[in-house]
Amino acid sequence: MTSKSTEVIVSIKDVHKSFGELEVLKGVSIDVRKGEVICIIGPSGSGKSTLIRCINALNDIQGGSINVCGIDVTDPKLQKLELRKRVGMVFQQYNLFPHKTALENIMMAPTLVLNEDKETVRKRAFALMQKVRLEGKENAYPGELSGGQQQRVAIARSLAMNPDVMLFDEVTAALDPETVKEVLVTIKDLAQEGMTCILVTHEMGFAREVADHIYFTDNGVIVEHGPPKTFFTKAKDPRTKEFLSQIL
Amino acid sequence: MYEPLQQGKILSGIWMTIKLSFYCLILSVVIGIVGAFAQGSKNVIIRSLVQGYIQFFRNTPPYVQLLFFYFALGQFTPTYSPDGWLEIPIISNVGWAIISLSFFAGAFNVEIFRAGIEAVADSTKEAAESLGFSRFQTFRYVVFPLAIRVSLPSLNNNLINLMKTTTQAYGIAVPELLYQSVTIWNDYPSAQYPTMLLVFVVYILLVGVLVMSMNRWERKLRIPGYGH
Repeated sequence: MTSKSTEVIVSIKDVHKSFGELEVLKGVSIDVRKGEVICIIGPSGSGKSTLIRCINALNDIQGGSINVCGIDVTDPKLQKLELRKRVGMVFQQYNLFPHKTALENIMMAPTLVLNEDKETVRKRAFALMQKVRLEGKENAYPGELSGGQQQRVAIARSLAMNPDVMLFDEVTAALDPETVKEVLVTIKDLAQEGMTCILVTHEMGFAREVADHIYFTDNGVIVEHGPPKTFFTKAKDPRTKEFLSQIL
Repeated sequence: MYEPLQQGKILSGIWMTIKLSFYCLILSVVIGIVGAFAQGSKNVIIRSLVQGYIQFFRNTPPYVQLLFFYFALGQFTPTYSPDGWLEIPIISNVGWAIISLSFFAGAFNVEIFRAGIEAVADSTKEAAESLGFSRFQTFRYVVFPLAIRVSLPSLNNNLINLMKTTTQAYGIAVPELLYQSVTIWNDYPSAQYPTMLLVFVVYILLVGVLVMSMNRWERKLRIPGYGH
């Protein structure tokens, strides 16, 4: 894997998040260095998705702090646009714009949000389609693509903004085992190019293979974390052991 | 009926009906879009203003609205005087008919577009938001294009109704088709039934054209692999 710098690009400190009475995150801290790949695993409802949605301010937090590329996400005067230029996000349900072709989906944000020249963006969009191995599908509408293909367009769409960090929220959870692979290959390519990635995932094999660091969350706290080697073989926490014993 | 004078009346009536319908259609759709966008505002005052507007125009008879606009509000509009004697209000009876009917149909259009907007998945809006779209850009490029496709069948209905409601402009002496027809059969009582029949036929044709163009639009907006 590429060399990692020591520069912390995403810093999450003692984050608390509640939905009404329900406290979903109870003091979570994670540091992500530039170029690192972080996997967050854990049972459903443990707050994994909420956590990464907080990173690009789709959810607000009630306590603690989050800093992304020097931007204080908890600042009430936060310029969300500045944050979102830096952070790309891919969702479980792809969330492509159904009325736009694959290429248009990729081109929209750079032309509208960054006001970039359309022809430059078009070239980049074609290159990105190639990168996610979908050349030839540029003019297909999302409804004409398979789930795995749509997800790869969604990844390309985020990459078109040239983000510094990519967030993946259970991006393979809605896919069948065969198409999961094509999406994971795409993410792996990215990781190897040195893109900082934060993934919420249930793909343990994948986490083991690409992650630099794995976090296990349960009930709103991180109960165990470490590099994949020690994480999978030498987990100390009983809850983590139980979870891993069921899936490995 | 076939003499030039009567024929001229009918033709000018049809032309006025077409003009009236055209302006009302456009204006009511614009009101609908702006209203539906404003309804999504974070500002409570804006939201309640839109809500108040809808409640008033949807729950009162359009004919009373028309009379109110023309007679009550018409009194307060400034006038101009081309020859020093006549005082002509800057908004004519045709103007008032267009304004009043547009606001009436616009109230329904707001609700029609709102239903379409609510049908757009939150996750799709979230995707736009996380790509850095502003609220307006999300509406303009993502929510509205999807909402319009959901809204078209109901919009179609409302616009047909609007076209037929233009006959009520008769009440403030707008020389549209019904008004002209009534003047004909007041002069020639024997022409009453044939003229009525003519009015029916003209409306069937006019609404037919509207329906056909709306259906064509609906087909044009269809997205491959989406929703069917």
